[in-house]
Amino acid sequence: MRREGSPFQGLGTVAVKELSDNLSSARMLVLELLIVLTALAALYGAIDSLRQNTAEDPFLLLRLFTVDRAPLPSFVAILGFLIPLMAIGLGFDSINSEHNRRTLSRILAQPIYRDALLMGKFLAGLTTLAISLAALWLMVIGLGLIFLGVPPGGEEVARSLAFLVIAIFYAGVWLSLAILLSIVFRSPATAALVALGIWLFLTVLWPMLAPALAQVIAPPDPRYAALGLDTPETAIWAQTLARLSPNHLFGEAMLAVLSPTTRSLGPVFLEQLRGAVMGAPLPFGESLMIAWPQTVGLIASTIVLFVAGYVVFQRQEVRA
Amino acid sequence: MSDAEGKAVTTASDAVITARDLTKRYSGVSVVDAINFDILKGEVFGLLGPNGAGKTTTILMVLGLTDISAGQVRVLGYDPARAPLQVKRRVGYLPDSVGFYDHLTAAENLSYTAKLMGLSRTERPRRIAAALARVQLLDVANERVATFSRGMRQRLGLAEIVVKQAEIAILDEPTSGLDPQATHELLDLIGELKAEGVTVLLSSHLLDQVQRVCNRVALFQAGRVVLMGPVADLARQVLGAGFVVEVEADGAGLARRFATIPGVTGVETLAADRFRMTADRDVRPDAARVVVGANGSLRRLFVDVPSLETIYARYFQSHKEPSRGARHAA
Repeated sequence: MRREGSPFQGLGTVAVKELSDNLSSARMLVLELLIVLTALAALYGAIDSLRQNTAEDPFLLLRLFTVDRAPLPSFVAILGFLIPLMAIGLGFDSINSEHNRRTLSRILAQPIYRDALLMGKFLAGLTTLAISLAALWLMVIGLGLIFLGVPPGGEEVARSLAFLVIAIFYAGVWLSLAILLSIVFRSPATAALVALGIWLFLTVLWPMLAPALAQVIAPPDPRYAALGLDTPETAIWAQTLARLSPNHLFGEAMLAVLSPTTRSLGPVFLEQLRGAVMGAPLPFGESLMIAWPQTVGLIASTIVLFVAGYVVFQRQEVRA
Repeated sequence: MSDAEGKAVTTASDAVITARDLTKRYSGVSVVDAINFDILKGEVFGLLGPNGAGKTTTILMVLGLTDISAGQVRVLGYDPARAPLQVKRRVGYLPDSVGFYDHLTAAENLSYTAKLMGLSRTERPRRIAAALARVQLLDVANERVATFSRGMRQRLGLAEIVVKQAEIAILDEPTSGLDPQATHELLDLIGELKAEGVTVLLSSHLLDQVQRVCNRVALFQAGRVVLMGPVADLARQVLGAGFVVEVEADGAGLARRFATIPGVTGVETLAADRFRMTADRDVRPDAARVVVGANGSLRRLFVDVPSLETIYARYFQSHKEPSRGARHAA
């Protein structure tokens, strides 16, 4: 059955309205403060330890993102943990609140398709996250300039920009998930709880469960164990399972992009490293190639989750 | 949707909404069961019935907001399922207990929907101000909707329809939950819409209010239209007679004498001095003559306009078996 008219009619209007709602909401302010303050603490630790051992490092700026000093994790690790929280906070009530405020049928009685409403809300959420992350990124670079006093090189800026783009897609995964849950569950509280449950499971529990599951699927070979080595099959299974979590994908991509010496994200045999100059940085393009599968994984998850929400939303009854 | 071309359907020439065998099933259960109606241009048409009778579902199908299981509906010649934007551009909708964005002002709420309607930047403020003035909300245009009463929200919903300059206004339970004053104001506004040539389709379970504004009504019961037509016609159909005359008078053997008046089909003695006659014409002069002729004292004499409430109650009393009666009437 063909429909007349464009599904994007009204998309801009919805997106602009939702964006202004997002940016002016108290909830957004709290989330921003949480992220900025935690990130500042991590950066402070990083700057402190970088200043104490100012060894010659061609990628001093990137170290800001990755260096950690106990008890605080690194800036990137904190973002990997908190970006989902922010995305969930933005998306968990996007559709069900329209139901509960009884605005949905009134808005859908205007000459727009449901597509425009859902897409507009998603784009507005993603733009909000992109703006916050870009501000955070500028803050890191600015603090780096002030406290380290070393101007960043072109490659460093390029790598940190890649970090920004991947972080936005990572946020997109969680935003899609939150919007999907806001469509499925009529109560915002349920949607938020389920989203937070998934978030905790994937970021905290899954990294512990994945190796255990891998050992069940491919039991370690005692001959390797006797040599103090990991069994290749078990290691590969552990990694494959861990990669089901977007958190892990984000971490791996960040490792490749922000640590130029990273040559591989999976287990490698020693003979595969023959001829490699250990500790020498890879060119930016090569690092991107390493992070590419992870990035595609994040983009694909975003799209799959969004499409799932879209399908459910199209079939949903509008009456409260 | 077998004959979606509309050729098989004959419609009244000035019908703006036509429904033919319109059916909605939720998991096998018919919520709306093969209903037919034509709504003519410029009339106020009421969908009446208890909650859950299928009124809102019918409205949503007319708007294209829910899928049709069988049958078809045309709004201004368009199929709401295939050309929803065309339909929604011309039809204004006030949902049951309408909601607005509480953190925005009345004007901002209207501005958002006006943008969605595709009105130009210059057109919007003009139309919004005019619409808010129409519903007497201009002085609170810049206050947040969170502070609005229910009546104000309903009026703001009507303002949205005015901004749209809709040809058809569909109002779902517009007066439910309003106090008498707010109800009165809202009904007046609906009357104004009608005077401007807007076709109004409204649903309600509050019968006396609907009677005031509707040209024609359709009575819903369990997903079927069991009665349809002007209120007066329905009265004749259900109550069997067009006029009910009540008399309060003293006198000997009055009931017997009333029954002999030509045209009177029945006399009920409500109390020792109160009688109710059903007749096929206005028999008040004859009744007065009878009382005077019997040397009685006439204290009160009035013709009881049949209320929808009575029709409704009487209809459901006599049709305990809904399916048979429904098929008969539809």
